[in-house]
Amino acid sequence: MKLNNTLLAAIGLAFAATAAQADINVGVIVSATGPAASLGIPEKNTFALMPTTIGGEKVNYIILDDASDTTTAVKNIRKLITENKVDVIIGSTITPNSLAMIDVTAEAQTPMISMAASARIVEPMDDKRRWVFKTPQNDAQMSTAIVEHMTNSGVKTVAFIGFADAYGEGWYEQFKSVAEARKLQIVGSERFNRNDTSVTGQVLKVMSTRPDAILIAGSGTPAALPQKTLKERGYTGKLYQTHGVANNDFLRVCGKDCEGTFLPAGPVLVAAQLPDSNPVKKPALEYIAKYEAAHGKGSVSTFGAHAWDAGLLMTAAIPEALKKAKPGSAEFRAAMRDALEGIKELPAAHGIFNMSPTDHLGFDQRARVMVQIQNGTWKLVQ
Amino acid sequence: MVRRGFVMDFQIALLLGQDGITNGAIYALLALALVLVFAVTRVIFIPQGEFVAFGALTLAMLQSGALPATVWLLVGMGVVAALLDGGAALKSGQSKKLIGVAGWNLAYPLGLAALLAALPLKDIPMLAQVLLALAIVVPMGPLMYRLVYQPIAAASVLILLIVSVAVHVGMVGLGLLFFGAEGQRTPPFSDARFEVGPLLVSGQTLWVIFASLALIVALYLFFERTIYGKALRATAINRVGARLMGISPSLAGKLTFLLAAFIGALSGVLIAPITTIYYDTGFLIGLKGFVAAIIGGLASYPIAAIGAVMVGLLEAFSSFWASAYKEVIVFTLIIPVLLWRSLTSRHVEEDE
Repeated sequence: MKLNNTLLAAIGLAFAATAAQADINVGVIVSATGPAASLGIPEKNTFALMPTTIGGEKVNYIILDDASDTTTAVKNIRKLITENKVDVIIGSTITPNSLAMIDVTAEAQTPMISMAASARIVEPMDDKRRWVFKTPQNDAQMSTAIVEHMTNSGVKTVAFIGFADAYGEGWYEQFKSVAEARKLQIVGSERFNRNDTSVTGQVLKVMSTRPDAILIAGSGTPAALPQKTLKERGYTGKLYQTHGVANNDFLRVCGKDCEGTFLPAGPVLVAAQLPDSNPVKKPALEYIAKYEAAHGKGSVSTFGAHAWDAGLLMTAAIPEALKKAKPGSAEFRAAMRDALEGIKELPAAHGIFNMSPTDHLGFDQRARVMVQIQNGTWKLVQ
Repeated sequence: MVRRGFVMDFQIALLLGQDGITNGAIYALLALALVLVFAVTRVIFIPQGEFVAFGALTLAMLQSGALPATVWLLVGMGVVAALLDGGAALKSGQSKKLIGVAGWNLAYPLGLAALLAALPLKDIPMLAQVLLALAIVVPMGPLMYRLVYQPIAAASVLILLIVSVAVHVGMVGLGLLFFGAEGQRTPPFSDARFEVGPLLVSGQTLWVIFASLALIVALYLFFERTIYGKALRATAINRVGARLMGISPSLAGKLTFLLAAFIGALSGVLIAPITTIYYDTGFLIGLKGFVAAIIGGLASYPIAAIGAVMVGLLEAFSSFWASAYKEVIVFTLIIPVLLWRSLTSRHVEEDE
């Protein structure tokens, strides 16, 4: 019991010490384990590459793992706010966790930059979402790119195979609404699980409707299974994937069965192929160089770049906020929020940020490109 | 959902049937292992599926030319087991036993690690890679029994189950650490394809089905004809009686876990070319094997095997008719089975 008390006192002192410093504390929540680990790990690695001093102030990154679990994410953000007194939160990796964190961050009046995709994180704008920003493109932007590409290449009927979770459902809703508006007929819609060992049933059913094109909505290597099964069963139509597969592991697992597949992606995926006039090229290449220097060639993924972009937003906002208040205060956090909202024409790895009071993502069509898989690499479609 | 006139023609039914039987064969192997482990040791072996993932991913790592991290886990487990067993042997003055203890728990893993480091892993024949993968993963079974279950062998089924859950969570975590979050696929054993009527059957599918059948026959012969098999059966039927006849419960436990690990790792090696395996794939495959084992009442091997094929077929057909509800349909199957079992079977108090 006595030992316990001493321990507690020591821990209390340690926390008091962290809080007493006037450094800028950045709370980071990533899903580095659990189902979203393939997204969360590159994000976590990216924070090690971020600047440790901004505007002359020391920056501390406190990184917590939420294990892809919503309850843990909420517990972590509460801990970051009450114990670490963070000035800004970056996280989480996935949509359900980010949505659950909105209430906490708004209550504590701390700005938060999410690295998850869903538009619902920042829309519709209300009193709580005033405090929330995000860096990945909305699914709507990506599905519009797919539908445009389909209609331009003469596709009339399309079938959908997606994850049996929020990712697949979200994509189906977005894709359906855009496709219907453009008179593209959806002839089949099937679901599969990340861990499925066979998708023969779904593939046979989709193929029985003879679609011109098939869109597979899954993230990471699991999205390779339907594509491999489709090829095995002799499907010869066009195949589309989502930006969720944009990492090199997907190319490795899918192999030659993915040749010719189209997908929309952030420009960072094909940064080297962008024309020099594209303002995204420089920050994207800079990120890739930094990441690969630390983790080896070919290790970079677009998910880590969402974290990098969150870092760029933060780096741009901190000097502005420092003019108004000292870190660690409510005034500083409010100034941080205002500075984030005021960011204009900031080039980042995935696009160009133009924030406004109604748009806390700030990306336009410059934040996406169509990419085709050719010879086992990503090729920019002009 | 979009509804159109989906016709299930004969060819589609055949393809789904083939798919279901292939998956069912793997579930059958795992169900047999689960029944075996439960019968001999009363452990509901939740980490069974992890051996599938470890086997497949270790093979994938060997094929990419990397030294599989699982070998260090084996070394670590061996060291702890050697300390425990060696200490016990010294205390009781049986220094002769020390050689055996050190040989199995220290020399074998370290020798294997040295062999792996020396071999050009990428270029050796696939059969050798498969054997090496098995040589790494399979000994973890008996070591796991020694370290985790043997000290609590007399505990209640519930405690053994809780410990199993802990081992499962631990192994999934280690899997993420060893293999990373992304999936792996290995090249098929053969690229042969056979046309059977309207069906195109891949060589790998036949490998899965025949290997499963061969393993089932081999297990049957093992239990019927060999002294160790008979010892395991005796332990399964009456633990105390078997002990009185001189059958060591810890030997029976280690042997059972050796078989379970072998079945798991072999299943993993067999399905790695058909599907993408992740560090956490094993759990769901194991769970479906568990549904089959429950159909067999955790006691009957033939009913468990039939149940496994049923699970596989149900899964294949429900993925065609209602893909979004596939898992729901498969796991709901367990409810009528349990109802029927509890209505028809006489309740036996477990003697603990």
